[in-house]
Amino acid sequence: MSVEEPARSCSISVEVNGDVYDREVDARRLLVHFIRDDIDLTGTHIGCDTGNCGACTIHLDGVAVKSCMLLAVQADGAKIATVEGLAPIDGELSPLQQSFSAHHALQCGYCTPGMLMSASALLAQNPRPSEEEARTAIQGNICRCTGYVNIVEAIVSVGEGA
Amino acid sequence: MSTTETPTTETQTTETQTTTAPVELKKGHVGQSIPRKEDKRLVEGQGIFFDDVRRHGMGYVHFVRSPHAHAKIVSIDVAAALALDGVHGTLTGDEVAIQTDPFFEMSTPPGNEIKDYALAVGKVRFMGEPVAAVCARTRELARDAAELVEVEYEPLDVLVDAREAVKNETIMHEDAGSNVVWSGVFDWGDWEAAKAEADRVVRIDELHFHRFSSTPLECSGALVEYERASGQWTLHCNHQMPGVGAIWMAPALRTGLDKLRFVTRDIGGGFGNKICLHPYYVTLCLLARKLNRPVNWTEWRTDQHTANAHGNERWFHDVEVAVKDDGTMLGFNVKALDDCGAFPRYEPLGCIIWAQVTAGCYGWRNIRVDFTQVCTNKSPVSPNRGYSRMQHLWLTERIIDIVGAELEIDPVEMRKRNYVKTEQMPYETPNGCVYDSGDYARCLDIALDLIGYDTVEERKAEAAARGKLLGLGIGSTLDSGTNNFGQSQLLNPELQFSGNNEAATVKLDIFGEVVVTLGTVPQGQGHETTASQVVADILGCSPDQVNVRQGHDTFFNSNAGFSGTYASQFAVTGLGAVKGAADLLRAEMIQLAAAVLQCDAEQIELADGFARVKDGPPEAALPFMALGAIVNANNAFLPPDFNPTLNHRFVYRPYFGMLDNEKKTGKLTLTYATQIHACLVEIDKETGVVEIVDYAAVDDCGVRIHPQIVEGQVHGATAHAIGAALFEEFVYDEDGQLLTSNFYDYHVPHALDVPALKTAAIESPSPFTPLGSKGMGEGGGGGIHCICSAIQDALLPAGRPLVYDSCNPYHRVWSMLQDPESTRANVEVISA
Repeated sequence: MSVEEPARSCSISVEVNGDVYDREVDARRLLVHFIRDDIDLTGTHIGCDTGNCGACTIHLDGVAVKSCMLLAVQADGAKIATVEGLAPIDGELSPLQQSFSAHHALQCGYCTPGMLMSASALLAQNPRPSEEEARTAIQGNICRCTGYVNIVEAIVSVGEGA
Repeated sequence: MSTTETPTTETQTTETQTTTAPVELKKGHVGQSIPRKEDKRLVEGQGIFFDDVRRHGMGYVHFVRSPHAHAKIVSIDVAAALALDGVHGTLTGDEVAIQTDPFFEMSTPPGNEIKDYALAVGKVRFMGEPVAAVCARTRELARDAAELVEVEYEPLDVLVDAREAVKNETIMHEDAGSNVVWSGVFDWGDWEAAKAEADRVVRIDELHFHRFSSTPLECSGALVEYERASGQWTLHCNHQMPGVGAIWMAPALRTGLDKLRFVTRDIGGGFGNKICLHPYYVTLCLLARKLNRPVNWTEWRTDQHTANAHGNERWFHDVEVAVKDDGTMLGFNVKALDDCGAFPRYEPLGCIIWAQVTAGCYGWRNIRVDFTQVCTNKSPVSPNRGYSRMQHLWLTERIIDIVGAELEIDPVEMRKRNYVKTEQMPYETPNGCVYDSGDYARCLDIALDLIGYDTVEERKAEAAARGKLLGLGIGSTLDSGTNNFGQSQLLNPELQFSGNNEAATVKLDIFGEVVVTLGTVPQGQGHETTASQVVADILGCSPDQVNVRQGHDTFFNSNAGFSGTYASQFAVTGLGAVKGAADLLRAEMIQLAAAVLQCDAEQIELADGFARVKDGPPEAALPFMALGAIVNANNAFLPPDFNPTLNHRFVYRPYFGMLDNEKKTGKLTLTYATQIHACLVEIDKETGVVEIVDYAAVDDCGVRIHPQIVEGQVHGATAHAIGAALFEEFVYDEDGQLLTSNFYDYHVPHALDVPALKTAAIESPSPFTPLGSKGMGEGGGGGIHCICSAIQDALLPAGRPLVYDSCNPYHRVWSMLQDPESTRANVEVISA
């Protein structure tokens, strides 16, 4: 009995930050590589190869997920938000982005897109998180510069201002 | 020893939980936490990291790596890889051996006989060592093709323990004929006399500083382009010390320095781990030339952990400490054995860098260190935040706490009795280094205050009632900065390195924009912001008017031989260069304005973005735009003997004087920032799990240009130390297989692992630097010393075990709880 040759590539349609992208992708293409290399949204970063670091965090249908842990084909039909979509289009930063800057919650800025996506998902669910809730929400995001102190402060203070 | 008084002013004591938003700008921008120029692009996802740069026809590189720690390479067959559709080409060690020369080695014979190439030639010496590289159309294809490269190995005996390697029973580098990279004795003061004078000699058989690294979140990599017509390579990369990188690479590639253009933009952390990238980059240069196309290599995390750069592991043997009954320390004698992994690369500099902080924070005058460095079949090392000084400072802090425990002297008392006093500053150490300023005892008092020292006994009792062990720890460290490369000659007098330098340019452009270029290579330290603060104050304008170009570019003409971002020095060398260039520009702007406004130069002031006559009428003022336009575009009226350029380059060079290569003495570094940490930990007796329940770090780095950035560096260095002290360890099995090769097995602190850190700062300005500032980013491993100290204190009621390793995960603490005696057998007190 012959085994059918599996599909090597697939057509997908994904809405990212409000724009629709129709692409033919390798079946094994990671979603994060699709976002970075195929549609050139390089704000989403890669910091590990095991799903630990969270630099690639995006929102998939409103849920914060690590885009290195999904294949691009799994996102077919989904609505994705990346860090590039966080700021309103008038050029002003969102309150969360402003708070990160004001509290020095970033140094090298490499983890920042993932941190912002995890934090914004938290704030959407829980507009006034406690320090403990903020820490729990970003426990899947590694930062090697800040020791998290100012990141936690930045998130909590946005809630206080809500 | 001078007793010059250094002004010390306490400027801020803040708990980080209450950090306020940036304050409104005052007249002087230096000293203000202004909003960072870097932030907007980074929070919008618009930063440009090397992997964000693309080129037409770019190929992706994947390395074929050795699964063995030590083996002969019998054969490499790339035919199957080349046959795969989409593969552009390959490179092997055989080609590297023909097309390049081995990298320059800094040691003396026989260590300098070690042959280090971009890819393994003939044999492999550590797990993960690159043996071949494959370039293909996509990342995935490159990886597939690498799997098809067939390498036949003949395994050899493996050395994973420096204590075995030093015996030379198995030799790793046949050309050298020895595993010893460097060895030498440092002997300052009179150790024998100190021993004779002592009431007690405390002897510690063995202490171990473990192997870890700061693992920047962005892995290493580069996009390399080759221009056939000129023979020039451009590296869009994240190398953090390009000046020295080029010195390694250009001779190996048999080309000139100017043929290597390093361009960096945003870099996702470095911590020293991005200094030794030259083997990888040479491979990329060869591939770009061979394949006539741009090539990208983005390191995988597992490869970064396995085969890029670890921190130095160090053993301390036969430690002898001479002490008086009242706790006064007279000196110590130690054999240090440093493990640099498979190739020396930046080594043996670690065999001398520690000597910048020989005495630590203490006044002992008689110190003898017999230092040996060996190779092992493990990943090569690279400077890692706190490089080499951290290992030595951990030794001094362990000595203080172990001797204190043996003599039953309180740890606070031990430190205060032996600290160098503020009235002794500037203080010359036994090896001729000069501590510029500081007040260690005051920093300690503040740190203890922040963690509620007065209530520690009550809290211990309260914890004991819950079945927990509570302990107080102190870590006293110096973050030495702006190093004198002349110290390399104490290792090898033939080396032609000494002093230090950094360059910057400042110009006024045609539309009045002030443009600054730096030689430094920032990775999150906020150089664009702090440079703009210094320039704005000198030129009399807003930091918003100052455009500091992002990153580093060899073609900026703002490079000096030691350009880079490393060794806690930007606030001195980088900003020293910026200040020098801005001062030159300022003088010329004043001269030009005086010529145009027809007055004396003394009458001109620069303020609010104008050059104007002091107390003159409103029309006697020229906006910067007018000055820029006159020189650049409207200069016909300027007299022939007046040729302002409004474009200045300055190279800052700290003065050290000469070292004494015989006695191994002199000024090894320019500044000494202080970091005094104090913490409370609670240990679960059943599991050995350590929880940090309170933590304070007090920093004194002289004048702070941007206090919020300084505090951020303190947080970051502390988090690294917490990770190193409790979780992070590169563990090898007896076959040289790394067991902690990614973030699953190598646990770095997460948000729930780092407590709310309390910080405070005092400012003891450095008398030796242009702005009174000191470099401070490395932190000296303060947290490691502090947590080791706290664990030992907490375990006092559990049989008084002594902490003898710098890494204390729960299982090691649990072992100490089970068998405290075995740690105590390591220590002996001999009374005179």
